[in-house]
Amino acid sequence: MNILVCLKQTFDTEAKIVITPDGKIDSNGVNLIMNPYDEFAVEEGIRLKEKFGGEVTVLSMGGPKVSEVLRTALAMGADKAVAIQDPALDGSDEYVTAMALAKAIQNIPYDIILSGRIAIDDGSSQVTTRLAEILGIPSVTTVTELKVEGSTATVTRDIDGGSEVVEVPLPAVITAQKGLNEPRYPSVAGIMKAKKKELKTLTLADLGLSAAEAGAQGAKMKVVNLSLPPARKAGRIIQGEPPQAVAELVNALINEAKVIG
Amino acid sequence: MPKGILVVLEQFNGELRKVSLELLSEGRRIADQTGSSVTGVLLGEGVKELASTAASYGADKVIVVEDPALKNYTTGAYTSALNKLIREEDPEVVLIGNTGIGRDLAPRLAQRLGVGCASDCVAVQLDDNYKLRFKRPIYAGKAYAEVATEARPIVATIRPNSFSVAQPDAGRQAEVVEAKATIDAADLKAIVKDIVRQTSTRPELTDANIIVSGGRAMKNAENFKILEELADVLGAAVGASHAAVDSGYRDYKYQVGQTGKTVSPTLYIACGISGAIQHLAGMGSSKVIVAINKDPEANIFTVADYGIVGDLFEIVPLLTEEFKKQLA
Repeated sequence: MNILVCLKQTFDTEAKIVITPDGKIDSNGVNLIMNPYDEFAVEEGIRLKEKFGGEVTVLSMGGPKVSEVLRTALAMGADKAVAIQDPALDGSDEYVTAMALAKAIQNIPYDIILSGRIAIDDGSSQVTTRLAEILGIPSVTTVTELKVEGSTATVTRDIDGGSEVVEVPLPAVITAQKGLNEPRYPSVAGIMKAKKKELKTLTLADLGLSAAEAGAQGAKMKVVNLSLPPARKAGRIIQGEPPQAVAELVNALINEAKVIG
Repeated sequence: MPKGILVVLEQFNGELRKVSLELLSEGRRIADQTGSSVTGVLLGEGVKELASTAASYGADKVIVVEDPALKNYTTGAYTSALNKLIREEDPEVVLIGNTGIGRDLAPRLAQRLGVGCASDCVAVQLDDNYKLRFKRPIYAGKAYAEVATEARPIVATIRPNSFSVAQPDAGRQAEVVEAKATIDAADLKAIVKDIVRQTSTRPELTDANIIVSGGRAMKNAENFKILEELADVLGAAVGASHAAVDSGYRDYKYQVGQTGKTVSPTLYIACGISGAIQHLAGMGSSKVIVAINKDPEANIFTVADYGIVGDLFEIVPLLTEEFKKQLA
């Protein structure tokens, strides 16, 4: 089985966001990790390989350090990695990113494409669903259970207020929700082996894309402004014995904040 | 902005979801400012009667597409039907609720339309040229991006609770158009085999006006009962921090924070939650935050509008009783 996993390098969840004077997100000193939901996708890909044989290829488009996150995936047990890395791709939106991924996998065989359901940085949940549309294959999102039999996948996915079971022919794009599995940690042996595994880097030219099609220039959705949320001020600590404090709080919520009643 | 505003309506158990009412209300406000119109789209089976509700909340026109293939949501069938309909209607913007369905549908639809999509927006603004700008949280709310696009139509998903719901006007009439679904066979590959709904009397976390949330200090799953009792007096949803979920006190679907759900209720009551940066990202846009924590130094107090330093196992039951008294 040919398994392709798309993943993204993101800021650590601990990261505090700083905007530079020229209005960009400051990545200085920020610890980079594999997007947490993509860990589930990599793990699931490796489990499929362990069950059915075949190969896991991991693919990521990102910044100068993107190969680090791909090495992590290789250390977990993926076989090959492809990085898309070109400064001209900076500022790409979901439309451009999906197109770049589609170009990159023209020469990669796949029976299934896995990714996380959302990236915790941009939080848009768009790219691999768009990729499925470009490739003309079904997409099934927020999956908590995946069973493959022959060329059919049966998945359980989260829906608002419950879950549903969907049957879908392969190839398909499946996005992973927490609960799909428990991702493994790379072993020391895995880390050593990963150093010798193939990691190919593709540039814009390799993808056959022009600068006008890439980055902020090619983006459909342009970022006009970045800002930090208004700082919340610490409010009032209500003092006193618990019964009095509680009565005062309830009174404040009903009559002062007017959020209840 | 002469072109119209198209709202994809979502129903649950035979009623329009609250987020759909929010989108109609905001759509109406924008349409009134710009001299454009609001069109609601109802997809499904047996959904026609909801057209009058859509009209009362601001729709000028309601397109009803009834088809057995649309009874249960599937990405393919909904994308297929909406793509054709949107190309005919040629709106300025397509507004979709950032619900389970909306998040799944919008990127596929936007890609088929060949346009950009602004996901999980919390505000829609008109610039000086009457062009739409969308404000959306990034890094789970640690920052905000304002985005705009030249491609039309614009597709945007809107986070529930971002817009207020207008007073319905039962006298408002809308033109109701029944359209036939045209769904490509290639879009019917995924088949829904089974749907399991949790029977809960409480609202969905992301829809809820009030959320009562518990952290690691809850100590175990059973203790969440006291939060449920408080929630039920307030008609609230129950949430949990990453720490509480990781400790197995509560299922992941209740997790609020950067790796869970991002919520913006009117009132968020944080019980025994320390206030890690990932949690604050997920609930920091709540209108009013109440914190109950034993530790006066807990980070949650730096964002709380009201705080009580104390033992949640003492405070929360008192709070439940006091609300019962005051709201009776």
